[in-house]
Amino acid sequence: MSARPLQLTAAAGDLRWRRAKDRAATLAIAAAFALAIAPLASLLYEVVSRGLARFDLAFLTETARGVVGEGGGAAHAIVGTLVITGVATVISVPIGILAAIYLTEYGQGRLRRALTFFVDVMTGIPSIVAGLFAFAAFALVFGPGIRLGVMGSVALSVLMIPVVVRAAEEVLKVVPHSLREASYALGTPKWRTITKVVLPTALAGLVTGVMLAVARVIGETAPLLVTTGVTDSMNANPFDGRMQSLAVYAFNEYRNPGVMKEAAFDRAWAAALALLLVVMLLSLIARVIYRRHDTGTR
Amino acid sequence: MATSLSAEATRALGGASRPGRAGDAIFRRLATTAALAVLGVLAGVAVFLAVEALPAVTADSARLPEGKGLVEYIGPLAFGTALAALIAVVVAVPLAVAVALFISHIAPRRLALALGYVVDLLAAIPSIVYGLWGIFVLGPASVGASRWLADNLGFIPFFEGPASATGRTMLVAGLVLAVMILPIVSAVAREVFAQTPRRLQEGALALGATRWEMIRMVVLPFGRSAVISGAMLGLGRALGETMAVTIILSVSGVITLNLISSSNPSTIAANIALDFPESSGLAINALIASGLVLFAITLAVNVAARAVIARRASGEGAG
Repeated sequence: MSARPLQLTAAAGDLRWRRAKDRAATLAIAAAFALAIAPLASLLYEVVSRGLARFDLAFLTETARGVVGEGGGAAHAIVGTLVITGVATVISVPIGILAAIYLTEYGQGRLRRALTFFVDVMTGIPSIVAGLFAFAAFALVFGPGIRLGVMGSVALSVLMIPVVVRAAEEVLKVVPHSLREASYALGTPKWRTITKVVLPTALAGLVTGVMLAVARVIGETAPLLVTTGVTDSMNANPFDGRMQSLAVYAFNEYRNPGVMKEAAFDRAWAAALALLLVVMLLSLIARVIYRRHDTGTR
Repeated sequence: MATSLSAEATRALGGASRPGRAGDAIFRRLATTAALAVLGVLAGVAVFLAVEALPAVTADSARLPEGKGLVEYIGPLAFGTALAALIAVVVAVPLAVAVALFISHIAPRRLALALGYVVDLLAAIPSIVYGLWGIFVLGPASVGASRWLADNLGFIPFFEGPASATGRTMLVAGLVLAVMILPIVSAVAREVFAQTPRRLQEGALALGATRWEMIRMVVLPFGRSAVISGAMLGLGRALGETMAVTIILSVSGVITLNLISSSNPSTIAANIALDFPESSGLAINALIASGLVLFAITLAVNVAARAVIARRASGEGAG
């Protein structure tokens, strides 16, 4: 670290000038911060105020089947979002946590280094590319017209796995070594130590990581647009045809509003509000779990 | 007592070791397989995209969408992608550095923690929500400003106009992208700013430096590589961001630097999202080929960013 030598003179006028500059810089940074936060405030306000118009019982219980003007709901999209994200979680969590176990407990040499590096790189894969990957993989087997809920799950898994690996590695790393050694000293084999000592100790952190990973993908639109397609009907079977999701629903209501534009836009905003609520709730609960656990063990 | 305990311990050890060994081997293989699977997914993305892109590469250019060759097809899209992402980075990076400094060095500690959460929250908001906000709120709000820019700064190519009346411009798309990438850039910067050695900071203050001088001479030089890598991660995000651009931008396939008019180049990602649902045959292959290009670009940007971070981390360990 080579900071330039400070050239400070003691002249009083100079000092006043420097103090003024300090205040100006502080003010400028605070102003820039306010400027950066302003869009968030505006966005939250708009989503809530515009979304509430149609955030009603019908929105949560009815589908969009046969709806041309007002009314209709997003029940099919809510179910679709839950199923698609649920299947993605079932795929991603075991792979992600096992890979993290490899990194913290077994890994060494080049594979370990490669995995650490490429997991970070994978967090930067554009979501649309993940969608195209799932489409390309399924299209090779089933032909190009294929649209399934599970294709969306595979796409989301590509986005979710690196997040799970990172989060799980972080929490497994902080499990104290003395716990592992105590377990070995009792003659417990390594794999029992991992499953009975390390994982339970890290459980709260793992749950937090998985919830944040779910929050990251549950609002994805682009990968589902190219894999699960668009539909107005209820479909809860990920292996049978098109499936709607909240994000795609919001996009579709905006994009193809039909005869009564305002009604469709209201539905889009209501879907945006629903997504925002889910994402914030997930992040919040994850934080609370982690915080409570954190203060409990130390 | 002591002997019986040790005998029991020995028995427990002996009893556990043989099935334990088998379990160990299985579990170890399981973990290694998962590790390889993760790398396999990344390789799979490249392979499957390449396989599905191949027909578009080998096909006669007349049969591709718009009857153009693949390079002419992807070129304007790549230009639009780069332009939107560059606007986002240019706008977001200075703001993100300010946000990071505000949280790490200026705001009171308790407030800083809460503010950190708020900024992280920005990162969790789905892109479709940003898109709706951009088209319904920021776009209309930008019309007056665009008109002013066209009238007063029209001599600069960026603001040549005529100003769009709807706000569905490259400028608005870039600004929304800036808001979206700000959290990641500031998170990376913030983490390193907070790690600036205390002794350097206190030394500067003890020599009589004001807080701003201390930040400028100690904190910023220390965090420079983090800001660079954060900016590159943000660039990667902005290049691949789909829905916000898809919703906001009114596209016409032109190549222009004019940021405030109603005819703009599309981006690779937005073009896929717009055209994919209505495409079939070779058009799909062409879209996947453009996706492969996007994948290659973002991969290169991310690898470079991570390499900068990794070099910094290892340099720290040595020093």
